[in-house]
Amino acid sequence: MSPDSVSFIFLNAFLINNFVLAMFLGLCPFLGVSGKLNTAWSMGLATTLVMLISSISAYFINELLVYFEIEFLRLICYIAVIASAVQLVEMTMKKFSPGLFKALGIFLPLITTNCAILGLALFQTHKDYDLYQSLAYSTGAGAGFILAIILMAGLREKLELADLPNTSQGAAISLMLAGILSLIFMGFAGLGS
Amino acid sequence: MPIIEDNTITADTFLTGIWKENPVFVMLLGMCPVLAVTNSVINALAMGLATTFVLLCSSTLISLLRNAIPKEVRIATYIVIIATFVTITDYVIQAISLELYNALGAFIQLIVVNCMILGRAEAYASKNRLLKTLVNSLGMGIGFTIALLSLGSVRELLGNGSLLGYSVFGEAFQPWVVMILPPGGFIVLGAWLLLFNWLKERKASLALAKEGGLS
Repeated sequence: MSPDSVSFIFLNAFLINNFVLAMFLGLCPFLGVSGKLNTAWSMGLATTLVMLISSISAYFINELLVYFEIEFLRLICYIAVIASAVQLVEMTMKKFSPGLFKALGIFLPLITTNCAILGLALFQTHKDYDLYQSLAYSTGAGAGFILAIILMAGLREKLELADLPNTSQGAAISLMLAGILSLIFMGFAGLGS
Repeated sequence: MPIIEDNTITADTFLTGIWKENPVFVMLLGMCPVLAVTNSVINALAMGLATTFVLLCSSTLISLLRNAIPKEVRIATYIVIIATFVTITDYVIQAISLELYNALGAFIQLIVVNCMILGRAEAYASKNRLLKTLVNSLGMGIGFTIALLSLGSVRELLGNGSLLGYSVFGEAFQPWVVMILPPGGFIVLGAWLLLFNWLKERKASLALAKEGGLS
């Protein structure tokens, strides 16, 4: 597979350079919302949706910025777009599934400060991806995020039944688990090369 | 409704960010840069300083403007202010050391979405006067830098056998490569948290023993 092909870009963002476990992006929701399997799943979906919207918008905005030669405004423009995309998803969710809206709570507006999304927009600009490549990249990143957060949620649900020493309860053991997951994902590093 | 402001600055205003509410070890905020750039001491230090700079500047401005920013659009305003200072930092680091800039990569620009900075803006700078905010932000920034350094030094020492680029263990040392790779970040931070939990528990049980007159 050539490194620029759409399928490779998808695979790269999905497994090889998984946004959460290999590039350390989007750790706040990864550690914060992975307590229960179904909230983790909807958080993953919402994040992926925001990723798609902001990735497409970021692509066109970057074209405009380059055209007018005002690239130094890139960061501010991207973050504004992401904030509006999150607002959009929030309003849609509130209208169509209020239960889910409540379950996600504070973490929904916090998608704005999820570095996976801004990181995605910045990386695709940095790598000069065209529209199709950007789409593949954002779908892959979203799928990778869902995969990571669901794996983590499954592990943590099992963990609740485990008999742990008091000292290792809470964040410490979650981080250790994430470390082991990350080790496993390193096994994908040889893929596609 | 006028906000009642408590303007007394105590040592606690400063120290709370370093120990009691340490953004990394206690609050678990801003984890992404903490894990991503701490594979060597120098990267950790640069990241800590850059974040502290952005934190100080943005909370200064937000504290000064706290009565002028309408409540409904405050988050958007904060983010734009933070993004402005991050852009400045980004260009400054690029001008000072291109090597460092490449090592830190996109994580300088990602300071914008560091929840610690936005959290400070929302919880502290928007409610307190300039001087108090400054002292508190400085404490938080230093706390963040210390946390980054404590991760970075362990990871560089074990993963590379060196500290700040100088070899510590000599030629015979077999580096634990996993420590500078992504999994090492999670594991080292987990280990630090374990240590702090253990200390806290020991302190609590000692206090309990004293109270009960068992000692």
